[in-house]
Amino acid sequence: MKGFQLAFNYLRIGILNEFQYRANLYIQILQTFIALATGLIGLQLVFSQTTDLGGWTQPELLAVMGVFTLIGGVIRSAIQPNMERLMEEIREGTLDYALTKPADAQLLVSIRDFRLWQLVDVITGFIILIIALSQMNWSINAWSVLGFLSTIVMGSIMIYSFWLIITSTAFWFVRVHEIANLFEGLYAAGRWPIDIYPNWLKYGLTFLVPVAFAISVPSEALTGRLTLQTWLGALALTIFLFILSRTIWKIGLRNYSGASA
Amino acid sequence: MKRYFDIYRSMMKLSILEQWQYPVANYFYMIGMIAEPVIYMVVWSTVAMQQGGAVGGYTPAEFAAYYIVWTLVRNMNVVFTPYGWEWRIREGQLSMSLMRPFHPIHTDVAYFAGWKIVVIILWLPLAFALTLIFKPDLNPTFVEIVVFFFAIWFAYLIRTMTLSLIGMVTFWTTRVSALFELYFAAELILSGRLVPLSLMPEWIQNFAWFFPFRWAFGFPIESLVGNMTTNELLTGLGMQIAWIVVGLIFVNIMWKFAIRKFSAVGG
Repeated sequence: MKGFQLAFNYLRIGILNEFQYRANLYIQILQTFIALATGLIGLQLVFSQTTDLGGWTQPELLAVMGVFTLIGGVIRSAIQPNMERLMEEIREGTLDYALTKPADAQLLVSIRDFRLWQLVDVITGFIILIIALSQMNWSINAWSVLGFLSTIVMGSIMIYSFWLIITSTAFWFVRVHEIANLFEGLYAAGRWPIDIYPNWLKYGLTFLVPVAFAISVPSEALTGRLTLQTWLGALALTIFLFILSRTIWKIGLRNYSGASA
Repeated sequence: MKRYFDIYRSMMKLSILEQWQYPVANYFYMIGMIAEPVIYMVVWSTVAMQQGGAVGGYTPAEFAAYYIVWTLVRNMNVVFTPYGWEWRIREGQLSMSLMRPFHPIHTDVAYFAGWKIVVIILWLPLAFALTLIFKPDLNPTFVEIVVFFFAIWFAYLIRTMTLSLIGMVTFWTTRVSALFELYFAAELILSGRLVPLSLMPEWIQNFAWFFPFRWAFGFPIESLVGNMTTNELLTGLGMQIAWIVVGLIFVNIMWKFAIRKFSAVGG
């Protein structure tokens, strides 16, 4: 309960902070628009040559793009800023200030930053999704909505856990910025159906970097492809990754010796 | 002339020594970069297979060749970024370079050229691994290899000029990230980075003629991968040289006006 209150307070401060830089909203809108335009051009190019890609039609892949944009917005507004700050603080030794506060350290380092304007991507993702669903003549079905919402939440938790694991390696290796760069490259793979990739890449994108679960599985839920096995698998992987990330974080923390302060 | 030769030689030596110290960081950076072409390659190979083996004249093996050569050309395209210019101007870092008795752009060109040598050495095993996995269809002739060698270095110079021009806009305003993003998006579409230009609609291919992008990216790749006639290869090299000259002229003109605007914020 106290955790929620804390998260809410940080969220409020984060939003107030963002309101100081309102012009950034327009820059963000422009950036989202550019990313959207290039994404649509890519999709259009592929479907000018073929009618389906690995069994997915154009509206279905548009829905995948919606999920991709939406989750990308969640990552860049809530997950990535916190993790990048954590990386920096481990390197600089200023993590001490967070550790001395009387709250769970993992909770604290995960909620300190919030980039409000990145939510433009979340909204845009939703709009793309609605357009795609209307193109598919989609009829509202309680199960697919539930499946979609639950897998979106699980996907976000998985991506968060993945980021925390990567960031925790900063306790041992100081230069981890390149790994963040690697994640961005791999995340882009989520734009396309996961089945088209060669096996080694498919499994890598499913289990090493949980891009498949974060983007493909929610898209499967919407397009009526989700099976109970996949859903249960996603749930198991979410729990596993979360516990793993907490364990690695704890071990890493024991390794931490404040370099300054 | 001798003076510039010495400057270039020492700057390149310096950057080779400096970058050679971080092979792991350089590798992670390169592997992150490779995700992008691998995705394009897989998507287009899938399309080609669904269409009965080829799309726009490319078979999966030819796509593999295109996108593996892509990784080298992409690395050759890494130059001092406009964001670097922004930082350099905003933080007053430029003051120091201005004290030197030669144009600061020489430092950039030489430093990144030296870095390229490290990058090419690190790239070889990656290219080998990609070749084993994706089995590209690549049989260049001797002439094509020679042209390719010059084309990648010309591409490097073209991109240095264009990105410096864009970066120098920071002399007038510090809100530049939106402009940079627009530039990179146009480049992605019109250079042959997203897909080989021959897969683009006719009008985009014609449109791309008016921009430097394809000469810094698509042309070097196609010079090695495609079946260009000697005439086409020479025309391409000519266009590259033309863009380098145009770029040089514009950089010099812009620099003249820009430098009057510079007032060190710090540094």
